[in-house]
Amino acid sequence: MNFEFSSEQEMLRDQARGLLAEHCPASAVRAVLEGDEPYDAQLWKLVTEMGWTATVIPEQYDGLGLSYLELAVIAEEMGRAMAPIPFSSSVYMATEAILAAGSDSQKEQWLPRLASGELIGTVAVAEAAGQTSAQRLKTTVSNGAISGTKVPVIDGDIAHFAIVVASCERGDGATLYLVDLSDSAIVRNQVPTIDPSRSQARIEFNGAKAERLGAEGEGWSVLQQVYNHAAVLFSWEQLGGSDAALEMAKEYAMGRIAFGRPIASYQAIKHKLANMYVKNTLARSNAYYGAWALSTGDSQLPLAAATARVAAIQAYYFSSKENIQTHGGMGYTWEFDCQFHYRRAKLLSLSIGSEATWQDKLVTALEHNNAA
Amino acid sequence: MDFYDTPEEANFRAEAQAFLEANVPTEQEMAGLDYIAAAKFWQQRKFDHGWATIGWPKEFGGRGATAIEKVILGQEEGKYDVAANIFQIGQGMAAPTLMAYASEEQKARYLPKLSSGEEVWCQLFSEPAGGSDLAALRTKAERDGDDWVVNGQKIWTSGAHYSDFGILVVRTDPEVPKHQGLSYFFIDMKSAGVEIKPIKQMSGGANFNEVYFTDVRIPDAQRLGEVGQGWQVALTTLMNERATIGGGGLAVGVESVMKLAQRVNIDDRPAIEDKQVRAKLADWHVQEAGLKYTSYRTLSALSRGDIPGPENSIGKLVGAPKTQDMASFAIDLMENSGAMWDPEFAEDAGVFQSAFMSIPGLRIAGGTDEIMANIIAERVLGLPQEPRMDKGIPFSKVPTSAKY
Repeated sequence: MNFEFSSEQEMLRDQARGLLAEHCPASAVRAVLEGDEPYDAQLWKLVTEMGWTATVIPEQYDGLGLSYLELAVIAEEMGRAMAPIPFSSSVYMATEAILAAGSDSQKEQWLPRLASGELIGTVAVAEAAGQTSAQRLKTTVSNGAISGTKVPVIDGDIAHFAIVVASCERGDGATLYLVDLSDSAIVRNQVPTIDPSRSQARIEFNGAKAERLGAEGEGWSVLQQVYNHAAVLFSWEQLGGSDAALEMAKEYAMGRIAFGRPIASYQAIKHKLANMYVKNTLARSNAYYGAWALSTGDSQLPLAAATARVAAIQAYYFSSKENIQTHGGMGYTWEFDCQFHYRRAKLLSLSIGSEATWQDKLVTALEHNNAA
Repeated sequence: MDFYDTPEEANFRAEAQAFLEANVPTEQEMAGLDYIAAAKFWQQRKFDHGWATIGWPKEFGGRGATAIEKVILGQEEGKYDVAANIFQIGQGMAAPTLMAYASEEQKARYLPKLSSGEEVWCQLFSEPAGGSDLAALRTKAERDGDDWVVNGQKIWTSGAHYSDFGILVVRTDPEVPKHQGLSYFFIDMKSAGVEIKPIKQMSGGANFNEVYFTDVRIPDAQRLGEVGQGWQVALTTLMNERATIGGGGLAVGVESVMKLAQRVNIDDRPAIEDKQVRAKLADWHVQEAGLKYTSYRTLSALSRGDIPGPENSIGKLVGAPKTQDMASFAIDLMENSGAMWDPEFAEDAGVFQSAFMSIPGLRIAGGTDEIMANIIAERVLGLPQEPRMDKGIPFSKVPTSAKY
């Protein structure tokens, strides 16, 4: 049994943690949250120089050709630092979609520049409140021109290109398209969200040029595949954040005195923190299995990804809200950093489908296993 | 990252498999034996072939096996329907304490028979006035020549009625603070003045006993550790207590509840199609899989020869309430039929009802949910203990709910 990261991967973790602690302290998150800059461009530059955006991209496309285990390690540290950069959009989503469905020439065109960080990519799916469905997409493509509105698109205001899911006549009615967001037939505006440390946009496509990615009518199934990969990587980000929230709550509880003793000595607080630890541990162990299934391409990936995602959503939501509670009134202030985790936990739980969506996918995967 | 054995582990596994294949008792060999006789039969056979208490030194009946080898043997033995292990307390808790504190003669006398299963041991720690607060025990021992005279009562003693010996913690000085007045002995369960009464549980079963002591004489030679050092000795025993009681041994898991949800209907559709049912199943799978992969992480540390991290401490705290909730939910899915606890008429021969009725005990045994949460908070997260009202004052002055 060797169900753990290698010593090289642990070294990468130490390196990532050290670098992000130095270059992405909570003040960096606050600067983006409060300021006009949509992301921390300096941090992004550093992350791309480190090659982290190139982690799983094959060497033939100027990537590092490492495994998803290395990317999981980096993702956890991104989450711990709540890095205000488009890492997940570009790496877990856009890169994965091109790896999954791109033609050789598309891979040659896009992957080297995603690896270097020269380009930021994102994936645009949502059009209105509620689950997006392949059959009811309002964004359409005709004669290579795309029309419709996607909202919200994470990093849509800063990305150079988006992979857009739009309707077509074939298959289940959904196809992926690569769209250069600098096209003059595009209007994009930042939209205020519950987590301004990661920016989002409303994008109006008025006949912009769209290049098909993958086969017509197969966009939705490619998207599900990308989601399964991203679910594992997001789960590591969430886990990093959730552990950080627990540490924050613990540190405060140890130092805060009430009724003559540290609040950390009261069972009401101890049990709260113990529950955070329990949820984080379950999430971590499920994320391990997700990372294993992703890195080996195992057939259990749909179940592993769904389990990792549901566990991570639950853990981070719990520790982010109970971290505020442990801090008492100060935890609710703008001045304190507790809000960052609360915002980010909810944002990450929405990015690729909510808890209920993934609970359903999880049971569907179990049903497939039982039927097999 | 992988789930494979190392070459050494694979060799050991093959060796264990070969032994089990050739030696697990046949149905004929088991015929007519009650569960105690059956357990002893199998234990003796393991002992004779060098497969009993494999982690112990060879001189006491073991083979100096590593922690991961013990796990591998357990995994392989678990594939067979061999007799229940009635030796866990003796081999897992009493023996390590004997190894640490008994004389060489005592080790030579008692350990091999613990290993072979010839003698069974029980644990006499808990009392009516001291459950979670174990050190509040009140059973007293007074010195009389070369003996100690014991009076009082123990409770929750598994297997007292078939045990030959017991490990016992008693109060030898009530006039010093709680932890300082305890001493630790082992006792012959056939001693005059020992009375054992089974406790009938709410599930209808009787797995535990009350044990009464009336002027029971124990030779001073059977004391382990110094007088007044009983708490330190007891900690040696408790460190070896298996923390992971979990929801194990019960046929209630996500798969069994899912299968039930496929058979019964909600709104004229199979219950499994109901979104609320699916959400609950997903949450329980998160816990079940999370515990499984947590144990894999622990095994990985053992495999490497390291001491595992604290992550496995969540097992019982997650497992027991989960099983209770799943059993309760499965019974709800049956609607009116859920009340039936009958091997013939109940769904799945009543396993959900059995679990529902036995789980309340599991949430208490070996540390209540609340104590397990305290342990995580204090030992894993390093949070401070609550102030204790009984600290630094003589035990005889500490308020108690005990009536004697």
